[in-house]
Amino acid sequence: MAEKRLKVSASPHIFARQNLKFVMYAVILALMPALFGSIYFYGLRALYLVILSVAAAVVAEAVCQWAYKRPITITDGSAIITGILLAYNLPPGVPYWMPVVGSVFAIVVAKQFFGGLGYNFINPALAGRAFLMASWPVAMTHDWLPPAGGTISGLDGITRATPLNLIKAADVDPSVIERLTSLEGIRALFFGNVGGCLGETSALLLLIGGIALLILKIIDYRITLSYLLTVVVLSLILPIKGHPPYNILFQLFSGGLFLGAFFMATDMVTTPVTKRGRWIFGIGCGIFTMLIRTFGGYPEGVSYSILFMNVWTPFIDRYTMGRRFGTR
Amino acid sequence: MPITFIGGVHPKEAKLTSGSPIEVLPPPKTVYIPLSQHTGKPARLLVSKGDEVKLGQKIGEAQGFISANIHATVSGKVKSIGRFPHPVLGDGIAVEIENDGEDTWAFEITEHDYEKLTPQEIIDLVKEAGIVGLGGAAFPSHVKLSPPKEKPIEILILNGCECEPYLTCDHRVMLEFPEEVVKGGEIIARVVGAKRRIIAIEDNKPDAIALLKKKAADFEVIPVKTKYPEGAEKQLIYALTRREVPSGGLPMDVGCLVHNVGTAKAIYQAVRYRKPLIERVITVTGENIKEPKNLLVRIGTPAIEAINHCGGYIKPPEKLIFGGPMMGIAQYTDQVPVIKGTSGILVPAEGEIPEPGPCIRCGRCVDVCPMGLHPCIIVDYVENLKFDDAKRLGILDCIECGCCGYVCPVRRQLVHNLKFGKAEVWRKKD
Ligand code: SF4
Ligand code: SF4
Repeated sequence: MAEKRLKVSASPHIFARQNLKFVMYAVILALMPALFGSIYFYGLRALYLVILSVAAAVVAEAVCQWAYKRPITITDGSAIITGILLAYNLPPGVPYWMPVVGSVFAIVVAKQFFGGLGYNFINPALAGRAFLMASWPVAMTHDWLPPAGGTISGLDGITRATPLNLIKAADVDPSVIERLTSLEGIRALFFGNVGGCLGETSALLLLIGGIALLILKIIDYRITLSYLLTVVVLSLILPIKGHPPYNILFQLFSGGLFLGAFFMATDMVTTPVTKRGRWIFGIGCGIFTMLIRTFGGYPEGVSYSILFMNVWTPFIDRYTMGRRFGTR
Repeated sequence: MPITFIGGVHPKEAKLTSGSPIEVLPPPKTVYIPLSQHTGKPARLLVSKGDEVKLGQKIGEAQGFISANIHATVSGKVKSIGRFPHPVLGDGIAVEIENDGEDTWAFEITEHDYEKLTPQEIIDLVKEAGIVGLGGAAFPSHVKLSPPKEKPIEILILNGCECEPYLTCDHRVMLEFPEEVVKGGEIIARVVGAKRRIIAIEDNKPDAIALLKKKAADFEVIPVKTKYPEGAEKQLIYALTRREVPSGGLPMDVGCLVHNVGTAKAIYQAVRYRKPLIERVITVTGENIKEPKNLLVRIGTPAIEAINHCGGYIKPPEKLIFGGPMMGIAQYTDQVPVIKGTSGILVPAEGEIPEPGPCIRCGRCVDVCPMGLHPCIIVDYVENLKFDDAKRLGILDCIECGCCGYVCPVRRQLVHNLKFGKAEVWRKKD
């Protein structure tokens, strides 16, 4: 009866605007303010590190997919994000080969080995960073650069340390800590005039991108909110030396917390899908971050705590499904 | 606090035809009337090839309680009985009737007093008229009017939400036939003894809300939030009463009964005029229809007849959907007939079907599922043929609303797999 068969597909027949590419490129855009910040603080070297990292990630993804005979999906933006995040987690003074090695590890071992996007169970960028940390610990913990315009303590970045290093170091003059946690010190942390990893120094610039993602509902608020709130609560309980006045703000704005809470703990693939699970994930990240910062061997704990929670994600999902409609 | 449920999505409303008055589509030359247009057993065929039939004559008899009568929707001659395209089943047995153009009724359509009828007499009239739910599920109405004694109905909800994008037939029915809707509602309320009577309308239809507030003195007209699927039975009951229909249960388990406003009108006509369900209002719409309209069409009219009445296609169609874009069913031909449960014909501009990708575990499907399910995990199980696990996670509670598929950024085939998984779980049960 019908001359030409029409196309048949399952419902629904319309879709939300946010497809995979939309989500991924929105995250990339949201990471851009921080990139401009680090170019300002550390010069063009920061840009080159990021470009190398992204290029290595994209090439590694293409080669892997070709080798595994999977569809080549390098335009979906996920490898670009991995590259950017890996570079953001490096000290700005590292040699140029380092982001390349890190990105290749991240894509080949942490992502494609497990089956590619959607099947990896830990955040590839953080896995890459952990790999670099284990293989070249000296570079990863000493290649800091002072930001343009100098720093408040006069020490971080210059004597090769970040504010979190300084707070923890036993031999630091109490007056330095006082300066770091003074209003002026907090302001520096907020705007980014501090030593630190390439993309993490400016809390403000990360916040701009992060809040945009929250407003557009690209990332879920539950993890970010519970992560940050946990840090706030614990910073009231866990003291830093001499109970400086702006403890909470110091903990919030220093290190990689904003980068972690907005951009890495919210990675969709490696975090719980259940609503309650996401709260638990964020709280877990917050607890471990503060424990490492306060008692651990490393000055900063953001990336390890997220990696640690990534591992627990399948368990969290399993036990947090909650009540279905009509099963009271 | 707005009156609504938990979860859901906000697709573009795209109600192109809210302002278009219902037009009567001239009965077509030929109608194809399937014997199965409802939930339950198909009707038993009462006519044979070559028979002369009159308008409103019963040509299919309900088999058993959960089934519905089928009537001739034109007068003329039975040309054939055979397999024809069916909008839900793909194809199915239908009666092909050649219209003689006379519209000779099988009986006289006059007004009857119904005030003195007993509830059972009314239920019988509704059954005789072959009324089914016109909102889409096509559940036989007489069944819903006969709840068991131990499940008394306290609240009757007339559903005028029309939460599916594009569709406007219920909206127009409320605007153009408010008295019939209200009187139908009163009949239903009397039959089931509902003390509280509600008409629920999404707040994107302020004109219908205002009009019914004026016309329906015995009803509470309650605006509900415009959100999909606000008009889904369980979600609407929860929004209005905070009662949750238990998993696997029915609205009557929480003392509620929900009827679509169009069904209320049809019930009124069945009781007042003894008029069988021979026609319904549909919305013919979409970016590929020249003049989208609301039409009153005879059951069994091929889709193309309704489309041609709306100026036809703008360009050759790629896709044609019966129902709305969220739950509607894609058709392979435009010859498929309108049946009782057809609320609209949607012809979108594009027909491309997005390529599904691997799940990125973003959890969006979980966030929007109005039944509190975890579609991504359930579908993982279905894809691995682990139906027991899918059942444990509540796959049978899925109402197939499509919210999960709508938000999924990788366009995973969630609803398709959920339907498949449900069918498998049911099959194992038997
Ligand atoms: S799982 Fe079922 S009920 Fe839940 S959103 Fe998907 S289709 Fe709707
Ligand atoms: S919305 Fe799609 S991609 Fe996201 S978790 Fe659900 S199925 Fe996976």
